[in-house]
Amino acid sequence: MSNKLVVQEAPHLYAAENHTRIMWTVFLSLIPAGVFGVLIFGLKSFWIILVGIVSAVLTEALIQKLRNREVTIFDGSAALTGLLLTFCLSSAVPLWLVAAGSFIAIAVGKQVFGGLGQNIFNPALVGRAFLLTAWPTPMTTWPGPKQLFDGITQATPLAKNFVGTSYWDLLIGNRGGCIGEVCVLALLAGVLFLLILGYISWQIPFSFIATVGLFAWMFGGESLFAGKWLLQILSGGLILGAFFMATDYVTSPLTNRGRLVFGFGCGLFTAVIRIWGGYPEGVCYAILLMNAATPLIDRFTQPKVFGVK
Amino acid sequence: MDLNLILSIIIGNIFINNFILFKFLGLCPFIGVSKKTQPAISMGLAVIFVMTLSSIITWCVYKFLLVPFEIEFLRTICFILVIASFVQLVEMIMLKTNPSLYHLLGIYLPLITTNCAVLGVTVLNVNMFFKQGQGITGSFLYSALQGFFAGVGFMLAMLLMSGIRERLELVDLPKSLQGIPAAFIVASLMSLAFMGFTGFKF
Amino acid sequence: MKKLFREFSKGIRKENPIFGLALGLCPTLAVSTSVINGLGMGLAATFVLLGSNVIISSLRKIIPHQVRIPCFIVVIAGFVTIVELVMAAYFPALSRQLGIFVPLIVVNCIIMCRAEAFASRNTVGRSLFDALGMGAGFTLGLVLISGIREALGSGRLFGYVLFPGYQPALTLALAPGALLILGLLLGLSNLIFNQQTSRRTDEQTN
Repeated sequence: MSNKLVVQEAPHLYAAENHTRIMWTVFLSLIPAGVFGVLIFGLKSFWIILVGIVSAVLTEALIQKLRNREVTIFDGSAALTGLLLTFCLSSAVPLWLVAAGSFIAIAVGKQVFGGLGQNIFNPALVGRAFLLTAWPTPMTTWPGPKQLFDGITQATPLAKNFVGTSYWDLLIGNRGGCIGEVCVLALLAGVLFLLILGYISWQIPFSFIATVGLFAWMFGGESLFAGKWLLQILSGGLILGAFFMATDYVTSPLTNRGRLVFGFGCGLFTAVIRIWGGYPEGVCYAILLMNAATPLIDRFTQPKVFGVK
Repeated sequence: MDLNLILSIIIGNIFINNFILFKFLGLCPFIGVSKKTQPAISMGLAVIFVMTLSSIITWCVYKFLLVPFEIEFLRTICFILVIASFVQLVEMIMLKTNPSLYHLLGIYLPLITTNCAVLGVTVLNVNMFFKQGQGITGSFLYSALQGFFAGVGFMLAMLLMSGIRERLELVDLPKSLQGIPAAFIVASLMSLAFMGFTGFKF
Repeated sequence: MKKLFREFSKGIRKENPIFGLALGLCPTLAVSTSVINGLGMGLAATFVLLGSNVIISSLRKIIPHQVRIPCFIVVIAGFVTIVELVMAAYFPALSRQLGIFVPLIVVNCIIMCRAEAFASRNTVGRSLFDALGMGAGFTLGLVLISGIREALGSGRLFGYVLFPGYQPALTLALAPGALLILGLLLGLSNLIFNQQTSRRTDEQTN
């Protein structure tokens, strides 16, 4: 915003909240999951995260300079986008791929629409979807957990040929997968922090996860109502996606009713892609699809103005 | 009757091979009429209607006129003429019976004639469901279904696009991207999201 | 002669079908996966445009105004059928690559637009040059877009590997890449050609 004068309607309540504070708080809440990701997959993941954040911030600064806008790289939004993008990358990707992903995420996902608060799609997921179609081989090679636990290169639990791994392994992150999504307990600690502060609302994650669980239970098994629903909920990027990406303020609906619909749609598409689709994971695409539908959901769940029939 | 084929026609035309986002057919009305949701819905309905009936009519023309007389090479000319006269008819009927709808669609109704999605679906039907000049079993049903669901896919993309573009009116887009360029970039991101459906197994 | 040249050159820059008028975008996106396809499509469309413009402008006094659109369609569809059959006979590989977009030249907006807006009102000579210019502009636009997509999306140009070691971004060879590159190029052409006007409006608003 280049306007110096901010005109707002009364009452003029003052609160310490602003988007900078929110962004850095969310960033902070993701750090435990990042630390565990590095511990599980090795130092390479640290460099991936660093390159992701730095190139996202640099891209943002460059484009804002070119457009003669105020450079707002310290508000944390670009850094958060870079962090979230690297959280859903495998630890085997080369570093140039991370930089390309951050560039696409910020340039095409966000700055094309005018920057913070104006994008239609979640920038981090735009970056990930682009990378997945652009370089499918490095993006779908998941090394197993090497450092903390002794493991070998393995498929993610969502791959069709997967066997073994207890629920406890899924919770602590003893499995193959993307850097930030594997350690569910660390993610949930961050979620708890955000829920207590009231920065994310329960509607989207609840209806998202419940829908995935329901569909996985109904259609995910050999016969009807025999799917392993808990496995489907705990594996893949569902926890990360449902709590940290689907709840993005800008790209999700404004009303609570709309949020429930949004979460349901995300869950439906995730389950459909996981069970019948060609990709093992559907969270990223499901959220992007519902991002596209968000303006329509907002339009049809608009609360009635008081007193108007 | 092949249930799997029917299912793949339905899912394929709506999601996997969406006419706008993956086959690039019908971009002119998609860009032109998607600025507001209401006209987008009417346009989508008009396209579904025209595509379904065109599929049925051209199937009859191909089966009972072009194949028996062995003039399949006149397919393109015949199809476009049939579609053009059919759309003209719809336009006249709509003008008489529902002037408000006619007014809403404005100049885009005649443009359905030159909407490549309509001619495209009829040519695709012939390519897919006729083998050596003979229709495969159930080709009539498949053609009609393909016409209808291709229209549904068209309308879905149109509807999503119109919602997004209503929101784009309010944001600080770079000046050179306003209008058509931004619409294409949004379409690109939508098609990226639809990529999630590739590789569906039935 | 100078006038005729102007009819030709306007199609390349100022009224470029793709970047200036935003016409004929469906085939632009669909066939621009490789330069060969783009070039083939551009030449096929130019041939149809040339034929239809010449025939329509020479018949413009005979065709009744009320039924002009069906007449145009018949003329255009005739030329498209010629292209279809010739291509299938002599360039079967290209014909398979372009697929249904060859018959779909019939509904290419550029051809209809030039028939309606230019050929039906102007002499044969001017229509000829208009068709040549528009065709050249369309072909150039197609070659530009397909060149970018082939170079970045599959790392090749005319089938030859460009930079060894470069890992091509497959997205750009697929549907999302086509839409993205067209959107960005349209924005770029706005930026270059309308800079003068936008600077003026900037001054007014500030």
